[in-house]
Amino acid sequence: MKAGSNLEKILTAGHFAVTAELGPPKGPDVGVIQKKAEFLRGVVDAVNVTDNQTAIVRMSSIATCAIVKQLGLEPVMQMVCRDRNRIAMQSDIFGAVALGIKNILCLTGDHHTFGNQVNAKNVHDLDSIQLINMVRTMREEGTLLGGEDKIEGEVKMFIGGAANPFADPFEFRAIRVAKKVEAGVDFIQTQCIYDMDRFKEWMKMIRDLGVHEKIHILAGVTPLKSAGMARYMAKNVSGIIIPEAIIDRMAKAQKGAEEGIKICIEQIQELREIEGVHGIHIMAIEWEHMVRRIVEEAGLLPRPILS
Amino acid sequence: MIKAEQKPLEEIMKYLEPYKKILLLGCGACVTVCHSGGEKEVLLLAEAIRIARQETNNPIEITEHTPPRQCEPEFAIQVGEFINGAEAILSLSCGVGVQTLSRYFNIPVLPGVNTVFMGETVAHGLWEERCQACGNCILEKTGGICPIARCAKQLLNGPCGGSSRGKCEIKRETDCAWQLIYDRLKALGQLERLKQIIPAKNWGQESRDKGPRKIVREDLQI
Repeated sequence: MKAGSNLEKILTAGHFAVTAELGPPKGPDVGVIQKKAEFLRGVVDAVNVTDNQTAIVRMSSIATCAIVKQLGLEPVMQMVCRDRNRIAMQSDIFGAVALGIKNILCLTGDHHTFGNQVNAKNVHDLDSIQLINMVRTMREEGTLLGGEDKIEGEVKMFIGGAANPFADPFEFRAIRVAKKVEAGVDFIQTQCIYDMDRFKEWMKMIRDLGVHEKIHILAGVTPLKSAGMARYMAKNVSGIIIPEAIIDRMAKAQKGAEEGIKICIEQIQELREIEGVHGIHIMAIEWEHMVRRIVEEAGLLPRPILS
Repeated sequence: MIKAEQKPLEEIMKYLEPYKKILLLGCGACVTVCHSGGEKEVLLLAEAIRIARQETNNPIEITEHTPPRQCEPEFAIQVGEFINGAEAILSLSCGVGVQTLSRYFNIPVLPGVNTVFMGETVAHGLWEERCQACGNCILEKTGGICPIARCAKQLLNGPCGGSSRGKCEIKRETDCAWQLIYDRLKALGQLERLKQIIPAKNWGQESRDKGPRKIVREDLQI
């Protein structure tokens, strides 16, 4: 075991993993975390805590993870390169390990101009691949980045990264994952999948590179709430492709939200059949209370309990 | 070359409020090429300032001059001949020229342009940023296209998830630097290069983060 986290145990044992996202509150209100955590308790193997996603200021990922951990759930701490340099990142990683956090998801981060602090100076001292490599160095060499300085204690982190099969240039997307593997990633979670054909094509490229045998891939899904949401995402969010057929289905449905859940469950079932997909990552944006139903109806409950 | 844009006239007029006599200085180098601070712009700006001040019955005397460069001491010193009692210098050079003049003259040197970037002329009337002077050029690795100057996140190992149909998600009219790099390396038959991990950059040693940089050439020093 590299870190001994529940997520690592689940994946290593060959179970089909289930994780879900938990967005921290836009302030210090612990009640929001408690509420969201209860929706996810017993439903997922780990809870992925976002790090100021879309550059909207929220409670820090590390503090939210610590609270999630106190509540008895396993956190995956997201860390973006946008807001911290390598000094702050390494320092926060020490703190996270000390607080019992065993999974880290290393991300570039949404551009700050999408958020509510558009006049900030972004950092990007490291990119996500360099961050992955730094965490691996900390874990395996026991040293800081580029230095001989020995770390006091062990940095046991199960290291994750992201992949977006729907961004361009498409031919480079699998190569980029291979670079993350070389840098030291243990698992990858993808952007939300709607275009199943393109995802399958990407997975073939992943298999051709042998990546699926070296690391674990969690396929990302986001249930659609309405046809309007589908249209908005398809038009305005770069790197998300929603086929017309899905938008049509949402538009024709009597109850959009119900249809969105149904589509999501069908997607999970289809994704389970793809060679190399080792789990599912559910990003139910401000819809955490729907995760239990999705996981249950997808036939993924109860979650395995491993010692 | 350095690219600059003239500051709004209202801002310049505020700077000039305390003065009755100024020297308006253009620069014959970069700002002439990008039409923000050459001889022509000096002429037009001087006229605009005069008119604005006449309208408020507060005339101003302006001497106009455009040396070949403001950022070289030999040219900067010669500017002295034109000061002739001016209370301030309004400089249309980049921020470098303003600072060179400030070293030589004991009157305020005011910036008339905003220095924006180092870039190229893409078409008539269109300039784009190309270099951020990071101090350790990586263009050999990236097909001659700089992700530090041209990627909004300065990514060194490939595009983020916001690259779509060749464009950047921040500004849809901007090319994704990594799409350009991919296309270029593909055309050169060098796609293999994309597999190499570019390690964390030494910003603190090579870039401005260590404070102002200096190049010392002892062989050229007298």
